[in-house]
Amino acid sequence: MNARWLAERIAVSLVLLLAACSSTERASHPPLKWGGDAEGGAPFVEADPSDPSRVRGFDVEIAGMIARGLGREPVFIQTAWASLEASVERGDFDVGMSGLEDRPELRARHAVSIPYFEFREVLAVRPQDSSRYKTLADLANRKVATLGATMAYQLLLDAEKQHGVIPVSYDDDIHPYSDLVSGRVDAVLLDHIIAERSLHRMAGLVIQPNAIATGHYVAVFAQKNAALRDSADMILRERMRDGSLEKTFRDWGVWDSTQVRHFQRVLDAGAATRNVKTAAARPVMAYLPSLIRAAGITLVLSCLSMGLAVVIGILVAAGRVYGPPIVRAPLTVYVEVMRGTPLLLQLFVIYYGLSSVIRLPAFLAAVIGLALNYAAYESEIYRSSLNAISKVQLEAARTLGLSELQILRLVRGPQALRLALAPMTNDFVALLKDSSLVSVITVVELTKQAAIYATNVGSWVVPGILCSVIYLIFSLPLSRYARHLEARWSAAT
Amino acid sequence: MSALEVRGLEVERGSQRVLRGVDLTVNPGEIVALMGPSGSGKTTILRAIAALQQFTAGRIVLGDVSLGPGPIPKQSQLAGLRSKVGMVFQEHALFEHLDVMDNITLAPVHARGWSIERAKSAAIELLQSLGVEQRAYAYPRQLSGGQAQRVAIARALVLNPDLLLMDEPTSALDPARRVALAETLKGLTRGGRALLISTHDEDFARACADRTVMLDNGVIVQ
Repeated sequence: MNARWLAERIAVSLVLLLAACSSTERASHPPLKWGGDAEGGAPFVEADPSDPSRVRGFDVEIAGMIARGLGREPVFIQTAWASLEASVERGDFDVGMSGLEDRPELRARHAVSIPYFEFREVLAVRPQDSSRYKTLADLANRKVATLGATMAYQLLLDAEKQHGVIPVSYDDDIHPYSDLVSGRVDAVLLDHIIAERSLHRMAGLVIQPNAIATGHYVAVFAQKNAALRDSADMILRERMRDGSLEKTFRDWGVWDSTQVRHFQRVLDAGAATRNVKTAAARPVMAYLPSLIRAAGITLVLSCLSMGLAVVIGILVAAGRVYGPPIVRAPLTVYVEVMRGTPLLLQLFVIYYGLSSVIRLPAFLAAVIGLALNYAAYESEIYRSSLNAISKVQLEAARTLGLSELQILRLVRGPQALRLALAPMTNDFVALLKDSSLVSVITVVELTKQAAIYATNVGSWVVPGILCSVIYLIFSLPLSRYARHLEARWSAAT
Repeated sequence: MSALEVRGLEVERGSQRVLRGVDLTVNPGEIVALMGPSGSGKTTILRAIAALQQFTAGRIVLGDVSLGPGPIPKQSQLAGLRSKVGMVFQEHALFEHLDVMDNITLAPVHARGWSIERAKSAAIELLQSLGVEQRAYAYPRQLSGGQAQRVAIARALVLNPDLLLMDEPTSALDPARRVALAETLKGLTRGGRALLISTHDEDFARACADRTVMLDNGVIVQ
């Protein structure tokens, strides 16, 4: 028993004694607000099936332990997982927990608790691949899925350089496994807790026994709240010693022998914590190449989608202006459905919904989804522009013997294009920004990469500014060129 | 053979009978002024002859081309008519995105397959004869009412039609310009071209027309 251990025990006892003093005293303390993401589900945080207004999970119980240890009531604040770090720093709550992974960038930006759970990054593969895909090195030129902005994603990026693995980023932890079963990806790398949960949800998966890496779950506090973090650390150590944490993990079915050794290491002078602290945070410049690559993807995706949207939009508009009722009716339905339903939903349907019929690659699905959605808007612009050309000009063209196609190509179309130019430019700028939605179908474009970057560095300031500047570099010249063309055509006619 | 024969032309718009059995003949080299109050059916007759308006009864004959009642034939079936009839609209209807030269050469090049040089040469000749050659590369918005009128005439004449239809050609012109236009139109009949002009303007009709036809409530009264 060393002096440090004794000091901690005394401090924790004092904290617990104060907490137990009286209910009136407890009421006088502000509640301990803690942020988590119930969308992450069990065993971390999930809505309680018996009372969906409440949450349950091992992170919920640990937050409760910390709160009670401090003599405060825990109050849950629902927050998107990717925003937990930014939200705790801006003061939305006191502590963030929801399977948050320990990493150097987190410790560089925030006050971080001792690691209270050790997880393993494990590969899930299809049963027939279990003998050939055992490590990342076996997955050269193969698609490996994971959650974006996680330790596993970083491992895959490193493996991309080392072994030629193709990382595929998802926004949730369900679709990576369903896409693995359907053959869209060849493996999934994620925490063993998530992998085992997926094993119970769906058949056709095998989890490789050897871990690719190990990591730790921690609680995160605002940097200025280091004192609160220290108190929480003392409470967590005490709960490690008295078996409360073990019981919680056992209750949620995630306790195993590695936790015994992990607890021992943490209690033996916090070696793991010190090791993590000494690891170097990745410099800001390290993220620039991936940001520029993602910007290229955004630009190519937007240009291809807009090009296709223009072509489809012209055909739809022509069909609605010139076609018989049997053509006009379905085109009208198409336009109304595409404009009346969210783009996000359309992307989900094209990528996931149609996967049993046609398994489109993510990028192609993104181009088609954006193009089909924007084509509906484009067609309305072209239709109104075509209808704005005076009828008497069209009649004059007919009396001159021009065919209807020539009238469209030489008289009506060019004038309509001038009218459509400004709204088309607006639409392209809007499409550039809407292209950020395709990250839900695993395309890592500019905004998604900025979000990953922000999560890693724990701040949106630099990633946000860089991301905005790139979007402006794309959109401003386009707007200026459109204004120039408008002015030139307007002066001419 | 007459340039135009209209027999028993009837047009209905909803329950309204706009034309009620119109008979009309225009001979080669003749200028006929079609007069009458607003709504009497003058423009409807011109539009029916130009196959822009369907009619319910009657027949329109231009040489070997004949139009009957019913829906307007497809543009591809009207090549014979389009080569015989030109029309100048009240609003001129110049193509706003093209300059004067392109307005005039568009149809010869694309509908008739003329070379650009031939079309331009014909356009310049016409513009000179109409006194607007200096505006050859102006856009419609940059033209005065009289200039736009003459450009529209040049555009209709470049394909050398046998019959030129003109709808209210003096509506945007001052008195001096009307006199000049009357002189210009007389010159257009050289070579046997016929003109059918709808107008309110009695002085103008007297100045240029060989014959005046009065229309009232869809019927020719004189």
